[in-house]
Amino acid sequence: MERYYQPEIECASREEIIAIQNKKLKEQVKHVWDNVPYYRKKMEEAGVTPDDVQTIDDLKKLPFLSKSDLRDAYPYGLVGVPLKDCVRIQSTSGTTGKRVVAFYTKEDIDLWEDCCARAIVAAGGTNEDVCQVSYGYGLFTGGPGLNGGSHKVGCLTVPTSSGNTERQIMFIRDLNTTILCCTPSYAAYLGETMKEMGLSPEEIPLKAGIFGAEAWSEEMRHDIEKTLGIKAYDIYGLTELSGPGVAFECCAQSGMHINEDHFLAEIIDPNTGEPLPDGTKGELVFTSLDKKAFPLLRYRTRDVCMLTREKCPCGRTHVKMAKPMGRTDDMLIIRGVNVFPSQIETVLLNHGYPANYQILVDRVNNSDTLEVLVEMTPEMFTDDMGEITRRQKQLVDGLKSMLGIKAKVTLVSPKTITRSEGKAVRVIDKRKI
Amino acid sequence: MSVKQISVFIENKPGTMHELTKVLAENHIDMRALSLAETEGFGIVRILVDDVMETSSVLKDAGYIYQLTPVVVVAVPDEPGGLNKVLTVFTAAGINLNYMYAIPGKTTAYIIFRVEDVKLAEKELRQAGIHIADQEEISAL
Repeated sequence: MERYYQPEIECASREEIIAIQNKKLKEQVKHVWDNVPYYRKKMEEAGVTPDDVQTIDDLKKLPFLSKSDLRDAYPYGLVGVPLKDCVRIQSTSGTTGKRVVAFYTKEDIDLWEDCCARAIVAAGGTNEDVCQVSYGYGLFTGGPGLNGGSHKVGCLTVPTSSGNTERQIMFIRDLNTTILCCTPSYAAYLGETMKEMGLSPEEIPLKAGIFGAEAWSEEMRHDIEKTLGIKAYDIYGLTELSGPGVAFECCAQSGMHINEDHFLAEIIDPNTGEPLPDGTKGELVFTSLDKKAFPLLRYRTRDVCMLTREKCPCGRTHVKMAKPMGRTDDMLIIRGVNVFPSQIETVLLNHGYPANYQILVDRVNNSDTLEVLVEMTPEMFTDDMGEITRRQKQLVDGLKSMLGIKAKVTLVSPKTITRSEGKAVRVIDKRKI
Repeated sequence: MSVKQISVFIENKPGTMHELTKVLAENHIDMRALSLAETEGFGIVRILVDDVMETSSVLKDAGYIYQLTPVVVVAVPDEPGGLNKVLTVFTAAGINLNYMYAIPGKTTAYIIFRVEDVKLAEKELRQAGIHIADQEEISAL
């Protein structure tokens, strides 16, 4: 029997959801117009007033916000309430430039934690569970978000934060942790470490994992599920909107339900900005319907994915987003071809290699080169050099057929590619253009 | 009967072989034979050692990827035609050699053969009256 944290809203009819969205959107546009001069100016330039936005169909009239707007308006330019009503900030890692600082009122945090609680319940969490939050705590939203959600569900919350692998494993074993929240690469690393310690999946008390904050493939999910003996669920979010819990996976494990009562999703053509129909791949754009301290309208996430409204066996009615296949800005253009790191990962896992890899892009004699470093594993190693070379060749062929361009594959010693306890550095682009 | 060779994966770049010998030296591992096969990107170091168990655990702790491979080791008198005699047996039995290398000695050389079917190779050699070295003999060298 599927359980829900807020069944009345998670399983509401389409009409009910649209009615909520229409009402909230009108109020939110008015709130932004009245309180965020930065966005009001954009609306005025686009010739739009709050009266022009009556229903969600009018959304397309509103101008976009992008990451560069967040930088321009840094730090207070997009804040929608007096600072006395803000109780917290969270911030991005700033890997792609200046940090984004997002603001929260008490109610914003409350609703954010509800979203995370929905994700934990969808992963099978109850107040009987021990939930270990191994996302970083602090400015990063991962730790605080899942921590809050875990409290709401009533789980015994273990706030280990990231890092200190030995201590993580000690708590998992000593406290019988049943739900693990962290990045998928760290989950894989924990699994690998426990395997090396001689622990079989049956000896690991975990039953579910909620993994997000970086791209991971279906194959990586199977790997993690196998080594840890769990069900691994994806969770999606971004600091700009709140943090993890914007969307989450249910038992169907086939896309993430977007919390549509709080976040209005669109897919657009990243080049023209035109909205695209469901089932079409494009850039994901979100409008925050409830956030008062940091109310973003039509924020371009740069994540490339698609939406589906097909009926979900879990009973939830909220629209599902596919796992982002990459980011418009992670997308590498190599010899004129679009390449996403996730595609390379898929090929590696299909060929029996670990998901630990690094992509080196360079330019030699005015031509792009792509090299993939892959760690050798005991399973893949044999005394037969010809066999290793044959497998290497198969991998090169596999990459060629997936990407459409040739990549060089270099086998490296184990543990030479930097392991991340936060986000993985997968791509090194040395091209000077 | 066969001798266990240890095959170790290393990257083909400056210093990797040295790192391996350093680990072995620090743990007082005595090598009896060594051969290196390499391609552009990686290499396989094949060694015979005095203590296979000890070496395995040292390599594991140092994070190396390795495999134990059975090889046939034959003591060949250091005289013209010594190796030829062994190979005549292999040819007659249709045994294919994957690779081979040698430990030279003053009066006796040891030749290490990697073949698909170690048992068959040993049987044929025994029938031809050729002495096959075991792990004990290699360790005692």
